[in-house]
Amino acid sequence: MKPKRILLSLGGAIIALGASPAFAQAVASEYRFLTFAVFGAIIAVTMFVTYLAAKRTKTAADFYAAGGGVSGLQNGWAIAGDYLSAASFLGIAGLISLYGYDGFMYSVGWLVAYITVLLVIAEPCRNIGKYTMGDILAFRNNPRVAKAFMALSTITVSTFYLTAQMVGGGVLVKTLIGIDYEISVATVGVLMMAYVLFGGMVATTWVQIIKAILLVVASLVMVAMVWGQYGFNLNGYLGAVVADPGVQAQVARLLGDAGRNMTPAELGQRFLEPGLLFKSPIDQISLGMALVLGTAGLPHILMRFFTVPTAQQARKSVIWAMAIIGGFYVLTLFLGTGAAVKVGAPAITEIDRGGNMAAPLLAQFLGGGKDSLLGNLMLAFVAAVAFATIVAVVAGLVLAAASAMSHDIWVGVVKGDHATSDEELRAARICSLIVGIVAIAIGILAKGQNVAHLVALAFAVAASANLPVVLLTLYWKRCNTGGVVAGLVVGTLAAIGLVLVSPNMTYPGQIRATQERAIKAADERIAKLNAELSTLSDATAIDRTKQAVAAAEKAKAGAEATIKSLGDATTSLVGLSEPLFPLRNPGLISIPLGFLAVVIGSLLYRDRRAEEMWDELYVRSNTGIGRAAAAAH
Amino acid sequence: MATTAVNWSAIDSDPRFQSLHRRKSRFLWGLMAFSVVFYFLLPIGAAYFTDLFKAKLWGVINFGLIFALSQFVVAWGIAWYYARRASQFDALAEDIARDAQRIGRTR
Repeated sequence: MKPKRILLSLGGAIIALGASPAFAQAVASEYRFLTFAVFGAIIAVTMFVTYLAAKRTKTAADFYAAGGGVSGLQNGWAIAGDYLSAASFLGIAGLISLYGYDGFMYSVGWLVAYITVLLVIAEPCRNIGKYTMGDILAFRNNPRVAKAFMALSTITVSTFYLTAQMVGGGVLVKTLIGIDYEISVATVGVLMMAYVLFGGMVATTWVQIIKAILLVVASLVMVAMVWGQYGFNLNGYLGAVVADPGVQAQVARLLGDAGRNMTPAELGQRFLEPGLLFKSPIDQISLGMALVLGTAGLPHILMRFFTVPTAQQARKSVIWAMAIIGGFYVLTLFLGTGAAVKVGAPAITEIDRGGNMAAPLLAQFLGGGKDSLLGNLMLAFVAAVAFATIVAVVAGLVLAAASAMSHDIWVGVVKGDHATSDEELRAARICSLIVGIVAIAIGILAKGQNVAHLVALAFAVAASANLPVVLLTLYWKRCNTGGVVAGLVVGTLAAIGLVLVSPNMTYPGQIRATQERAIKAADERIAKLNAELSTLSDATAIDRTKQAVAAAEKAKAGAEATIKSLGDATTSLVGLSEPLFPLRNPGLISIPLGFLAVVIGSLLYRDRRAEEMWDELYVRSNTGIGRAAAAAH
Repeated sequence: MATTAVNWSAIDSDPRFQSLHRRKSRFLWGLMAFSVVFYFLLPIGAAYFTDLFKAKLWGVINFGLIFALSQFVVAWGIAWYYARRASQFDALAEDIARDAQRIGRTR
């Protein structure tokens, strides 16, 4: 029953995509060569870097952790490159362009998350761990059990994140350069596999650094062009934003009836006030918890701290990462508001309803517009940066999942930690190949699915399962294997389970009711307009009314198509007719549950090794004694 | 493990390590608590103190915008302050690490 339903909804989505007129494309076909040239240049540079890196990747330590030879500054840029996914580069700029203040507020949590990483995670992890999160837990817990469960959790989190990136990347490349979705996904996948397979962590690090530099340069240039007109005066610039008729019209659209009695100036000012996007503060707080605690539990981010030689360099890398990531989010305020004024919400949503194309379209406008060479060159550059962004993030994710498979499961659990460096290197490459192929397959299978919430789910699982077990292993004397297993299982299941019964899922009954209401409203409107039509004599008024009738008929047809796409389904994937859990973000409940499970599991279980190793772990994590032995392999 | 020569529990109970542990813990968790509370004031304020967030302070710039921007400044400030204090902890830890083998034997 269930697989059938998944297939049905997948089929429905594909039909819906095929039936809709071909996706609007950002680049005119006569300028397509520019896009290919810029993409080609970036791919060539990263391939050359991979070739150099492949020569330096001789041992398992090189493959997993770049031999511990990355500097704090380099790692800071690489963390920024690993973290600033397309969701934050394109997504947040898009949210700001459509919803103003709320979009900017959303970006704050992504930076604040690094305070947790800096204060309590980065340095102890560097001192205790070797290649994976499993290593940190295995230090004092039962190594086989801890590694097996941690690896499963790593693969779960990375797969959620990876799916969102592959699908998002496929749609993005398709929209930007107009090649087929499947080819886009395969291109992203093959490139990423080339970096990871041949160059391991060394190549991944440099691809991430290059991408972060390109991203920052592109953003700085665009912000200088947008803001420079106003002499870099913040008040003058934002004054122009709120005075823009397009921005005022967008706010009026968002507010609907509530904005009917507001003056244009009030509507514009409303763009800089909270509440246009987020309606549920509790959900916001729940998401904030997942961000602030989840980042410190993301395997592909934690893994980056094993690439630097000392805890001091790990600290330095987080501080650099915070400067770059925070600076970037401040720039998105200007990218987003700039796109709102120069491009305008209707043009942004025409190409992508979520607003993801705001920054690329702004680049095109700043270069001179749709029909200019420079405009299309700038668009091509920003598109290539977005492409590099996806490839770099995906490479980091695949490396994290593959390391968990080869280092934790194959070497740690199956081989009992007995494998030569050559054997482990080969295992790591085979696992990367497997994960890469699976990633491409998932990307193609999930075509047309709404996967945006999977990133939030990855953060929620990381915050509810990974962070509690790592934090308590490092800081709580009584923590042991029982707590680790309980925490990972309960945290993961709670986060996923709550999402399965949350409003994120599709509830056919509710959708049908909303769409039927919409059809009824459209019918009434059509009847009313037709009645008006017979009384009108002015040609322009008749024209306008006819257009309104056509729009209402289109809305009605859209609602009917939506109902049709539901088929005969009446309940959600897990058989519910309405959500059991009111929040879209499970963190508020699942994070405390994860911590509680670690505490209860530890108290109920007795593990001599965890107690005996506490002194060593705590002294090592605070002083770095014995770290040299870990880094020298 | 190549470090069996080190007596970990002796270091753990060494007064210098105890003092490092106490000072570091108080500092880290205090700073952590402050940063979490400060961050959650943003979504809470935006939802429940809308009049304050809408209050214009400079031209069109309102309190909410200043407060959101202050989150960036505070985050960077915390990072800078932590880096400064952490180098003091580094010195203490290095002191202990240098004596690690000896602490193990004399006890």
